[in-house]
Amino acid sequence: MAANKNKGAKSKNPPPKKKQRNHLFTEKKRPTKKDEVFDDVSDGQSEEEQLEEAEDLLDGDEQVSDFDDASDISDDDDALLADDFLQGSDDEDEDRGSGSTSGSGSDSDGTDIEEKSRAIDEQREREEEDAQAEMQLNIKEESDEFRLPTKEELEAEQQRPPDLANLQMRIKDIVRVLSNFKELRQEGNTRKDYVDQLKLDLGSYYGYNEFLIGVLVDMFPVVELMELIEAFEKPRPTCIRANTLRVNIHFSVVVFIFDLCIFRSTIAIISFKMQTRRRDLADTLSKRGVELDQLSKWSKVGLVVYNSHVPIGATPEYLAGFYYIQGASSFLPVMALAPQEKERVVDMAAAPGGKTTYVAALMKNSGLIFANEMKETRLKSLTANLHRMGVTNTIVCNYDGRELPKVLGQNSVDRVLLDAPCSGTGVITKDPSVKTSKSLDDIQKCAHLQKQLILAAIDMVDANSKTGGYIVYSTCSMMVPENEAVIDYALKKRDVKVVPCGLDFGCPGYIRFREHRFHTSLENTRRFYPHVHNMDGFFVAKLKKMSNTKKNLVSSDGSETVEQTQRPEEIHSDEDNKKELEQQKMKKQSPKGKKKSLKVKGLSGNGKVESPPTLKNRDRSENGKVELAATSKKRKRKFPSKEEISKAREEKRKAMRGKKKQPKEDKTGI
Amino acid sequence: MRPLDEKETTAVFEKIFKFTGNNLKNIVENPSHEGPDKEPGRYCFRLHKNKVYYVSDSLVKRATNVARTKLASIGTCVGRFTHGGNFHLTIECLNLLAANAKHKVWLKPTSEMSFLYANHVLKGGLGRITESIAPGDGVVVFSMSDLPLGFGVAAKSTQDCRKLDPNAIVVLHQADIGEYLRMENQHEQIIEE
Repeated sequence: MAANKNKGAKSKNPPPKKKQRNHLFTEKKRPTKKDEVFDDVSDGQSEEEQLEEAEDLLDGDEQVSDFDDASDISDDDDALLADDFLQGSDDEDEDRGSGSTSGSGSDSDGTDIEEKSRAIDEQREREEEDAQAEMQLNIKEESDEFRLPTKEELEAEQQRPPDLANLQMRIKDIVRVLSNFKELRQEGNTRKDYVDQLKLDLGSYYGYNEFLIGVLVDMFPVVELMELIEAFEKPRPTCIRANTLRVNIHFSVVVFIFDLCIFRSTIAIISFKMQTRRRDLADTLSKRGVELDQLSKWSKVGLVVYNSHVPIGATPEYLAGFYYIQGASSFLPVMALAPQEKERVVDMAAAPGGKTTYVAALMKNSGLIFANEMKETRLKSLTANLHRMGVTNTIVCNYDGRELPKVLGQNSVDRVLLDAPCSGTGVITKDPSVKTSKSLDDIQKCAHLQKQLILAAIDMVDANSKTGGYIVYSTCSMMVPENEAVIDYALKKRDVKVVPCGLDFGCPGYIRFREHRFHTSLENTRRFYPHVHNMDGFFVAKLKKMSNTKKNLVSSDGSETVEQTQRPEEIHSDEDNKKELEQQKMKKQSPKGKKKSLKVKGLSGNGKVESPPTLKNRDRSENGKVELAATSKKRKRKFPSKEEISKAREEKRKAMRGKKKQPKEDKTGI
Repeated sequence: MRPLDEKETTAVFEKIFKFTGNNLKNIVENPSHEGPDKEPGRYCFRLHKNKVYYVSDSLVKRATNVARTKLASIGTCVGRFTHGGNFHLTIECLNLLAANAKHKVWLKPTSEMSFLYANHVLKGGLGRITESIAPGDGVVVFSMSDLPLGFGVAAKSTQDCRKLDPNAIVVLHQADIGEYLRMENQHEQIIEE
């Protein structure tokens, strides 16, 4: 009974203490939020009531009640722990008292020590367990699944000025979740939710408009997208191109002066210097305080500028045209074009002349370049650059690119370089306004113009050119509608094929992009990205014109058969000659055949001949009429030239036969 | 675009002759390597919108189908006729002059930039000078590393230069390659306005 009394006393006594403690606890934990403190107090009180009840229930079992206390305590801070120890000892004292009074006469000292040590052990274990639990809790909190902000939070965010640090954190989190979506996703959220939030955040953090960021997200996986966007924020290295037109001249002079001084040693110097032209320019520039290095393996004339004490665009060397400041990406279309000496080349959008001067340098100022530029204001800088770089083989004209085939004549040139006007989404580094100014409408407008231009470019090129017949199409855009879609369109409209660019790096163009399916040969096109190649976003495609015919959608079969008869003409093998002979026979035999062969050679059809009302022929006759109306004069001129051509061919054939006979004779002789 | 008439031809040739002397023959008679033709042609002078172009024959032939209003430049521009009918050489012809120059002046590195900002050549900046320059001769200005920088008219003969005061003008400035930059800047300013 005494024990019971004691217990009753005990159960009555502790609550005020505990209350105090809990007050402390709540106040310590959340000292700032006053409203919540009150709630907590009431909570604490109710908890204590529960505790008391529990203690009453578990009357005899002291250790259990101890557990309860300790578990309560262990959640608390260190200071409170000390408090607990004190209390714990109180309890023990009371226990001992109760034990002794109700005790059955067992040796109390031994059990005392045992109990103590057991209690201490248990406490330690508990502490360890709690520590572990806490550790896990902490870890969980750190790697706690990232939660998407709710609508309310977003609304609240919109009212405040954007918190950049928070945005960046959230972007990182979303990227992390998206890169391991299965494990890190939050229940109930789809991938789309995350992507949408990412678009929003990227848009506001980096200043992109909704459209552009949407397209970029569609094009790249998230991690790559982040690299790309980060790369857009940094400037690309400055590149210069050594001008082989000028540097050559310079060397002849240098050599001459050496001649006067020491005649013997000059010859060695000449050969050495001719090999390392670029090196020499680098030396002269580094004397002026420009730190530079060769651009990379793929370019023999490119140099990259790291640092410069003088303005690189105002050195006497620059003014004398020894080098041109040009982005690394601008080398690519010209290298793909690979113009040969004595060719006729058209640059359809030339200003400010970086690519044109490179083309001229590769052609060593021979041949002929039509440098066209539509904008009159840019003509001045174009001509100035051409003169500065010592280019003498250009005719600068000021047409709309779409009119060029009419002006220069269809099938009249060997190569065309079309660096098409574009949305400029690959050069955000240079012009950040692109981030916000472009919309789907702009892209479509650009794409429309580009499609017209590429057809004009193809029309100008002569498929029968001995050395050329190539078109290079490039843009500084990354949008698929401006790149692959344009090439795909050209493949459908004209008899061209995509050939490898001759650039051994760069990502292949898309064959499949979302809902689009392009021709498989588009793998030969090349895409360049800032985060991969450290140059502006760029696209290069090289086309070879197979025949001078135009494909027509109405009778695609018919046009294909025409091509098949056409194609072999380019290659003068024996079989083709036979075919030609047959064709010539046909010509003599029937007016229909004559008409066909005329058509085949890309000349105007013979309108006088009545055409049977088949699909193929109707189409051709339509063409013929159109061309007849347009070029009735030309037709008259071209007839004699055709005869000349056939004469020339026969002569060739004879020569070929002669050659063929000779080896045979040799063989028989042996 | 049309060939020069007799009066214009004499004006152009006289001007170039001042700089090149008898090397003018080279300029006129050199075979041209431009154009797609296999046989090298000749160069000729053509007038287009007040400007005189020195251009390969085969280029002229192929430029005929470009409308006059749409043709911006062809070959190398050597100079232009002013409204008064005088002929001025422009900086674009520097290449041509430098290759055939009779009278040359080399500048010290310190005075290069001064000349590139359209200043006259002073005695103090003179590095080297060819013999037998008479006042009024055309002179091509080079840097010591043989970069053609521009051209001008000799103010003093070579003999007089020896005993000149360092601040005296030796060559009067006519054109320099700094114009490419200055012209460009003017151009940009126009756009900005």
